[in-house]
Amino acid sequence: IPILRRAVRRDVARLSRGYHDSVIPNLVSTSSPEFIAKADAMAALIEDLRTKTAKARLGGGSKAAEKMKSKGKCLPRERLRLLLDNSTPFLELSPLAAYEVYGDQSIPGAGLITGIGRISGRECMVIVNDATVKGGSYYPLTVKKQLRAQEIAREHGLPCVYIVESGGAALPYQANVFPDKEHFGRIFYNMAQMSALGIPQIASIHGISVAGGAYVPAMADENIIVQNQGRIFLAGPPLVKAATGEDVDDETLGGGMMHSSESGVTDHLARDDEHAISLTRSVVADLGRAGWRPALPPQQSESPLYPASELGGIVGTDVRQGFDMRDVISRIVDGSKLREFKKEYGPTIITGYAHIHGYEVGIVANNGILFSPSALKTTHFIQSCSQRKIPLLFLVNVTGYMVGSKAERGGIAKDGAKMVRAVACADVPKLTVVVGGSFGAGNYGMSGRAYSPRFLWMWPNSKVSVMGGSQLSQVMASVSKDPTQHSSLKDEIEEQSTALYSTARLWDDGIIEPTATRDVVGLGLALASRQSGGRSTTWDGNNLGYGVFRM
Amino acid sequence: TPIHRPPARRPHFDKILIANRGEIACRVIRTARKLGIKTVAVYSEVDQDALHVRLADEAYCIGPAQSSESYLNIDKIIDVCRRSGAQAVHPGYGFLSENSTFAKRLDEEGIVFIGPPASAIVSMGSKSESKHIMISAGVPCVPGYHGSNQDPEFLYEQAKHIGFPVLIKAIHGGGGKGMRTVTEDTKDAFLEGLSSAKREALKGFGNDIVLIEKYIERPRHVEVQVFADTLGNVVSLWERDCSVQRRNQKIIEEAPAPGLTPELRQELGAKAVAAARAVSYVGAGTVEFIFDNDTQDFFFMEMNTRLQVEHPVTEMITGLDLVEWQLEVAAGNALPLEQSSIPMIGHAFEARIYAENPRNQFLPDSGQLLYLSTPPPTHTFAPTYSSGEDIQPSLRIEQGFEQGAQIGVFYDPMIAKVVTHGRDRTEALRVLRKALEQYHVVGLSTNVEFLKTLAGNQAFIDRELETGFIKKHHDELFPPIKPSTDETYALAALYIILQNVPKLDGTPWTTLGAKRFSGDVEERIITLQEDSIEAEPVAVAVKYAGLDQFDITVKGRTFTGVSASLVSPTSLRARLGDAFMNVTAVSQKPSAMVPASAAHNTMEKIHMFVDGEKTTLVVPSPKWLLSLGEDVLKAGAKGALRAPMPSLVVEVKVKVGDRVEKGQAVVILESMKTETVMRADAAGVVKAVGCKNGEMVEEGRELVDVELEASE
Repeated sequence: IPILRRAVRRDVARLSRGYHDSVIPNLVSTSSPEFIAKADAMAALIEDLRTKTAKARLGGGSKAAEKMKSKGKCLPRERLRLLLDNSTPFLELSPLAAYEVYGDQSIPGAGLITGIGRISGRECMVIVNDATVKGGSYYPLTVKKQLRAQEIAREHGLPCVYIVESGGAALPYQANVFPDKEHFGRIFYNMAQMSALGIPQIASIHGISVAGGAYVPAMADENIIVQNQGRIFLAGPPLVKAATGEDVDDETLGGGMMHSSESGVTDHLARDDEHAISLTRSVVADLGRAGWRPALPPQQSESPLYPASELGGIVGTDVRQGFDMRDVISRIVDGSKLREFKKEYGPTIITGYAHIHGYEVGIVANNGILFSPSALKTTHFIQSCSQRKIPLLFLVNVTGYMVGSKAERGGIAKDGAKMVRAVACADVPKLTVVVGGSFGAGNYGMSGRAYSPRFLWMWPNSKVSVMGGSQLSQVMASVSKDPTQHSSLKDEIEEQSTALYSTARLWDDGIIEPTATRDVVGLGLALASRQSGGRSTTWDGNNLGYGVFRM
Repeated sequence: TPIHRPPARRPHFDKILIANRGEIACRVIRTARKLGIKTVAVYSEVDQDALHVRLADEAYCIGPAQSSESYLNIDKIIDVCRRSGAQAVHPGYGFLSENSTFAKRLDEEGIVFIGPPASAIVSMGSKSESKHIMISAGVPCVPGYHGSNQDPEFLYEQAKHIGFPVLIKAIHGGGGKGMRTVTEDTKDAFLEGLSSAKREALKGFGNDIVLIEKYIERPRHVEVQVFADTLGNVVSLWERDCSVQRRNQKIIEEAPAPGLTPELRQELGAKAVAAARAVSYVGAGTVEFIFDNDTQDFFFMEMNTRLQVEHPVTEMITGLDLVEWQLEVAAGNALPLEQSSIPMIGHAFEARIYAENPRNQFLPDSGQLLYLSTPPPTHTFAPTYSSGEDIQPSLRIEQGFEQGAQIGVFYDPMIAKVVTHGRDRTEALRVLRKALEQYHVVGLSTNVEFLKTLAGNQAFIDRELETGFIKKHHDELFPPIKPSTDETYALAALYIILQNVPKLDGTPWTTLGAKRFSGDVEERIITLQEDSIEAEPVAVAVKYAGLDQFDITVKGRTFTGVSASLVSPTSLRARLGDAFMNVTAVSQKPSAMVPASAAHNTMEKIHMFVDGEKTTLVVPSPKWLLSLGEDVLKAGAKGALRAPMPSLVVEVKVKVGDRVEKGQAVVILESMKTETVMRADAAGVVKAVGCKNGEMVEEGRELVDVELEASE
C-alpha cells in the first residue's frame, strides 16, 4: 500500500509538472554567422580535447603495451572493460590528469584510471593502476587522483575496487608523494576508514605491488592475486639482498601461491588476469548490504526539447561574449522545463527547479555579474533546496561580484558572503559545471573546488582564475615597477586559467564535452541520491570500530 | 455394397484407457475429448510430467522407466482399467498394440480392446501364415521359395520359376549380410551367388539356410489403409506412399501415392479389402505392398494390425478422424461411410521428426528438449470438406512432448510429426518445407535439417520415389556443411551481448547503455567457433555505436550501424546492412557438473535459426576455466569411473573390496541402444559402488571408485 501511495503521488506530481509554463522557449538562431562561428570554435576545442584524451587513453604507448601483452597480461583498459557490466556507462574521472605537468616526462592520466562504473549490478569506484606508465608508480598527481577517487567513493558510499600493478612511489618525487597529510599514507587511512564505514575495499593484484603499494591489497577487505604474476612484498629482492643478504626470487618472496597458502595476505588465487577479474566481479556480487543504496529517480526521465549539439554555438569559446544561460539549461534538463524562482528579482542569476534523468535538482546558473539582489536570491534558493533535500547544480559563468562604490555601499561584500556561506553549508549534494568563466569570489559563490561539490566538471572552453587575464595584467601594471614583464605575465595567467591546466592538476574531475553535460550530471545526481545506511560520513570517534583487519 | 448396420446405434464408451505415451497417446486423448469420452493415461516413473499425463482426465503410474516394467506390463494396465473403471483400451502403436496375449487377456477381463480380434493379430503376426492366407485369398505375394530344401540344383530351378533377377537371402541374416542379388539368368551366376551368400551366412550367423525371392530393382512401399467393423463391412481409405526410409523406418509419408492410375488404385484397394476379409479383420489396419516401379506390379508384404504412425495423411485427404472410427467400431457400430462415399481430396504429407543424427548413420540421439518452437498449426484434426469449397493449405502438428521433456533415453526417439495438406502435391510439399523451416529444436540432434533438404530435393519433387531413395540421392541429401557466414557470427555475438544487457531500472546507469565520455567507445570481444573439433576460434569485435546500435567486425569485415534488440529471450531482431532479420537464438549452457575441457559439450553453445537454417556456434571456455577444469579432471581421474552420458546400468560387475586389473570391465551401461563397457583405468581395489543394476544414471554420476595401487 505505501508503495502504491507513493506511485500515485508521483503520478499526480508528474501531471502537475506537465504544465507548460515552465518550458524554456527556444530563441536560438542556428543560422546566424555569430552562432556558426561560436560552434566552429567550440568544435575545434572539442576535437583537440578528443585527440588529447585519446592519446592519454593509450597510457605508456604501444611499446609498453606490447611488453605487457607479451607476458600474457591484459592491458589496464582491458581489465577495466572486463570488470564493468556489459552495456553500462563508465564515468571516468580526470583522464587528462598530469597532462604536461612533469616536463619531459609524459604521465598520461597520472598513471591511474579512476571512475565510477557498474560491477555485478552495483556502482563502484574503480581504481586501476596503469603499469604501462612508468610501471604504475605514484607521482604526486597519481596520489592526488587516487585520493580524490577515494573521497568521491566515501561521499557516495561506493565500494572501491583497486586493480593493482604498481612499483610504489616514484622515488625522485618522494618528498611530494610521501610525507604530507594528503600524500601516500592517506590512501590507506582512507581504506581503513571507509571499511569501518561499511564501504567495502576490494583489491585484485595483477602485477608487482611493492613497498607502500603492498598495503593496498593488505588493507583491502577481500583480495585476489594472479598466480605467477601478482607479487606483494614490502621490499623487493634487491632491497632484501641489501638489507639482510637473503637471496630470493620474486615468486618465492611474494608470489600468489605463497600469499594464498602461507602468509594469508591474499584471499583468492586466480589463474590469469581474466580469472582475477571474474573473481573480483563475484566478490562484488557478494557484498551483501555493505555500502550505500542507490535510489530510483522520483520521475521518469524525459529528453530535452532542444538538441544538445547546439550548446557549442550558444556558448562559444570566448568568455567575454555573453549568452543566455537559459538556452544552456533548456538543453540539459528533462523536457526543457525549469520552474524558475524569483525570475524577475536579481535577474543576473537564474535559480529554479528542474529534473535531470528523472532526478530532482535545484539549478543555480549565472546570467551576468552578481549584484546584491542576485546574491540574496541565491541564498534564499539554496536554503530552500537544503530544506527540501534537493541537490544543487551550479552552472558557472561568473566574472565575479559587482565592484565599485555603489556596490560596496550597497553591502555587496556582506551579501556575497551570505551566498558563500549558504553554498558552504548547504546540507545537500552540490554538482558544479563550469560552462564559461569562474573568476574571483564568483568561484566561491558558485561552488568552486574549495566548496566541496560532489563533482566539478569543466567545459573545454571554460576558464578559472582569480580574475580575467587582461584585468590582471592591468592591475599588475598599476602596482608593479617593471612594465616589460606584463605581457609575459598575461600569457602565463591566460595559460594557467585554461580547463586543460586545471584538469591536469586535478582542480576538477575532468573536462566534459558540452553535449555530455546532461548525462554526466544525471549520473552525478544518481550518485548523489544514494542513501547511507545511517552511518555518518564524518569520522568523529563515535565508536564505529575498525573495519576489517587482515588476519 | 451397401453398408450393414446394426438395428440401433450403440453409445460410445464413457471412459477409455490409453496404453501408450507420446504423440499417439495425446492424439487419442484429443478425439476422446471431442466425443466427451473420459480418458485414463498410464505412465512410467520418468514420464510423470509428460504431456499425455497432463492431457488425460486421470493418470496412473505403472512402474519404472523400462518398457518391460511399465508400458508392456499387461497386469498393471489391466489393474488400472479396473481401478479407474475404463471400459476399453486404446493401445496406440508399438508397445502392446500388436500383442495378441494382451488382446486376449482384455477380452477375458471383459474390457474392450480397441483393435482387431486376437486371432487376426496372430494370423498376420506370422510372415509365413499370412502369406498362405493371402495367396488363398487371391492377394499377390512376392514370388519366392521359403522351403527347407537347400539343394543348389533345386534352388536354381526355383529361381528360374520365380524369374530373374532374384534375391538369395539367409533366413537368419541381417544388415545386408548373407544376401546376394542375381540378375543374370545362368546357372553359374546363380550358384556363385548362392555359395557366397551361404558362406557369409554361416560365418556370420552360424546357419546357412536361404530363401529365394523375386528381386525388385526399384521398389516402392505403398500401403492401403483399411477399416472393418464387427458387422462384416470393410472399406479402403486409399493408399499411402512410404517409400523414403532410413534404417528400415519411414520418415516421410504421403497420400495418395503419386502416379497411380485409378484402375491400379481400385485394384490395390480391392486386394487390401480382400486381405482384411481373409482374416475377419476388425478396426483400423494397414496392408503393406511392395510396388515394382518398372512393371507396376504389386505384392503383399504384411499387414499391420493397428493404427499406424502415418495415419494422419489418410485423415487429411479423407477429412476423417480415424481414432473416432476406431471408437465407433469398438463400440459395435457400423463404419460411418460406405466405400463409394469416402472422399479423396488434395494431397497430404507427414514428416517425422526424430532425435537422431542423419550425418551419423541416423543414429538416435537422446537428451532434453531444451528449446522447442513450432509453426502455428492451422488444424487439430483433419479439415472437413464440403463440396465446392476451396481447399486451403493446412498444417497439423502431432506432438507428444513439450519444451523441457527428455527424449529417446528409454523410448522411441520420435519427437513429433508435421502433417500438411494442400490442393495438390506441390502445394502440400511447399507448406511442409515452410513448416520445417519454422520447426526449431535445440538440445539434441534432430533430422529437421535433413527433412528440409529431402523435401526440397528435385528427385523427390519429381516423384521419383523408391525405397532406396536416400542411398541413391545420398550426395544431394548430404551436401557438405557450409561454414557459418560472417552474418551468423555477428548475430551470435550480438545475441550474447544483448543477453547481458542489464534490465532497465530507470536510473541512467542502465538507460545510458555503454556510454563513455570524451570520445571513448566501449568495445567487447566475443570469441566464437564452429561446432567441430578442428574449428578455429573467431574473435568478433562488437563496438557500441549508440543505444541498441553496434559496429561489428568479423574476420576483417565490418558491419556498421547494426541495430538490434531482443524481442524475447530467444528471439533477436536485427538490422544488418539494409536487411531486417528475425532470428531465433538459444543459448545452451553446459552441464554445471561437468568440468570445463576442450570438449565442446563443456562449453556454451549458441544455436541460431537464420532464414530457416540452423547453425550452432560454440563459445570457447576461457583459458582460466580450462585450467581449473583440468585440475578437477586430474583429481577425479584417480580411479573413479563416471557415466559419460545419461544411461541405463545393465550390469555392475564388481562389488566393494574386489580387486580389479587395469582394463577390467567394471560396469556395463546402455545408452541410445548401444552398450558401453566401463573399464578400470588402473589396477586396484573397489572402494565404492555408486550404482546398481537396472538403475538409470545421469551424466557425470560416479559409478565405481577404485582405490589405486600405490605403484605410481
